[in-house]
Amino acid sequence: MKYSLFLGCTIPARSRNYELSARAIASRLDLEFVEIEDFSCCGFPLEASDEMGAILLGAMNLCLAEEKGLDICVLCSACASMLTKTAYHLDHDQKLREQTNKELAKIGKEYKGTVKVKHFARILLEDVTLERIKKETKQNLKGLRVATHYGCHYLKPAYIYEGFDDPQDAQTLELILETVGVSNIQYRRKKDCCGGPVLLSDEEVALKVAEEKLRNVKEAGADCMNLVCPFCSLMFDANQKGIETKSGDEFDIPVLYLPQIIGLAMGFSRKELGLNLNSVSTKELESVLEA
Amino acid sequence: MRTFSLRDLDSDFVDEIESLDFIGTFRDCYACGTCTGGCPVHRVNNDYDPLRIMRMLVLGLREELLKGEMIWLCSDCYTCQENCPMEVKITDIINHLKNLATHEDNTPLGVSTQKKLLMDQGKIYIIDEFDNKKRAKAGLPSLPEMAEEARKLLNKR
Ligand code: SF4
Ligand code: SF4
Ligand code: SF4
Ligand code: SF4
Repeated sequence: MKYSLFLGCTIPARSRNYELSARAIASRLDLEFVEIEDFSCCGFPLEASDEMGAILLGAMNLCLAEEKGLDICVLCSACASMLTKTAYHLDHDQKLREQTNKELAKIGKEYKGTVKVKHFARILLEDVTLERIKKETKQNLKGLRVATHYGCHYLKPAYIYEGFDDPQDAQTLELILETVGVSNIQYRRKKDCCGGPVLLSDEEVALKVAEEKLRNVKEAGADCMNLVCPFCSLMFDANQKGIETKSGDEFDIPVLYLPQIIGLAMGFSRKELGLNLNSVSTKELESVLEA
Repeated sequence: MRTFSLRDLDSDFVDEIESLDFIGTFRDCYACGTCTGGCPVHRVNNDYDPLRIMRMLVLGLREELLKGEMIWLCSDCYTCQENCPMEVKITDIINHLKNLATHEDNTPLGVSTQKKLLMDQGKIYIIDEFDNKKRAKAGLPSLPEMAEEARKLLNKR
């Protein structure tokens, strides 16, 4: 299995733990990543202020993968939705496609519609398969109580995602975790988003949304959270201390990326998975695992 | 609630948005409130209300929508759009309204700053030498500082 790896802006600069752990488990699963130097921002930050610019950036990145004849693996959910949405609109709207290709021609590119965009987690499920993950599991994570946060853009808008999971009753991430033995725990308002995109316009509102979720996860007695997007992580991991200070409540919930959890089950070291780079300490998880 | 005069109602504005292929119709909205009921932002801030945005749109309250702050509180989470019984593309609509507001110079600083970053460097974060050193140490491939091609593409328009 060979994919071009789309990192986007945030992951290489701010979320090396996600990149490290994803690359680590991919190598164990015969999932080969090809780097494309010219990959840029996916366009997501332009969607609200310059929607044509967002489509252009998305389309340019799709073209780069097309030139290499490779499908795209995405780690960030916002990138996944932006690139998938771009391909969807270009494939369904001839006028938009012509307009886009006119602009792309200025840098010598043309969108043809030959590549597929998939989130890393979806590749684990559909291409790598659960059987394969199970085969590579060295340490069963039985006893680890995990609260999964699907976030929004991994699943939505549903019309672009071909029904690979159901936004009203998402299962995929928990199915993957099940194969390595963790206990998936349920919590109130699990489907809610983290508030991340509002950070740019109203920080207080954004942090309040995240605080609600942390409280619900805490209440359910989770050992840690599981997620698949650097923005979600920013809200729950990097901002957790600040939210605690503001609200006066203590959460102390480690927030892990999906491949960090799978990587633990595969026997990778803390450092190989970048667990030392998480904001909320992940050390105590080890005692849960050893018990 | 404020009162509006008939002069505030702009039906061309409604037609214009409805004619966009990627949005489709929204006049079917029957004000059931499902969108607001599931909205995570509404839960922490009652002033924010997607149903109200939809009513304002159907009525054609252009100025009120595009000059106000309300639309910018949407977190783009698509909960409302997935829940709407009439399949109104609420989130896509709000997103388009944000674009129209931008044409009226109503954009939060954070959003316009990100746009400027992308015009200048094609990525939100530059990868400098120090970043690449850290990446190399962790065994990760080095990356270019900026995204030149993207920068060109955005600026050639
Ligand atoms: S999600 Fe954001 S940071 Fe990630 S590439 Fe897309 S735009 Fe850039
Ligand atoms: S949960 Fe937050 S960051 Fe994650 S996808 Fe939703 S809005 Fe984006
Ligand atoms: S959920 Fe749909 S139909 Fe109901 S009020 Fe909202 S937009 Fe209108
Ligand atoms: S997309 Fe916006 S309006 Fe709709 S539920 Fe999410 S925050 Fe609320």
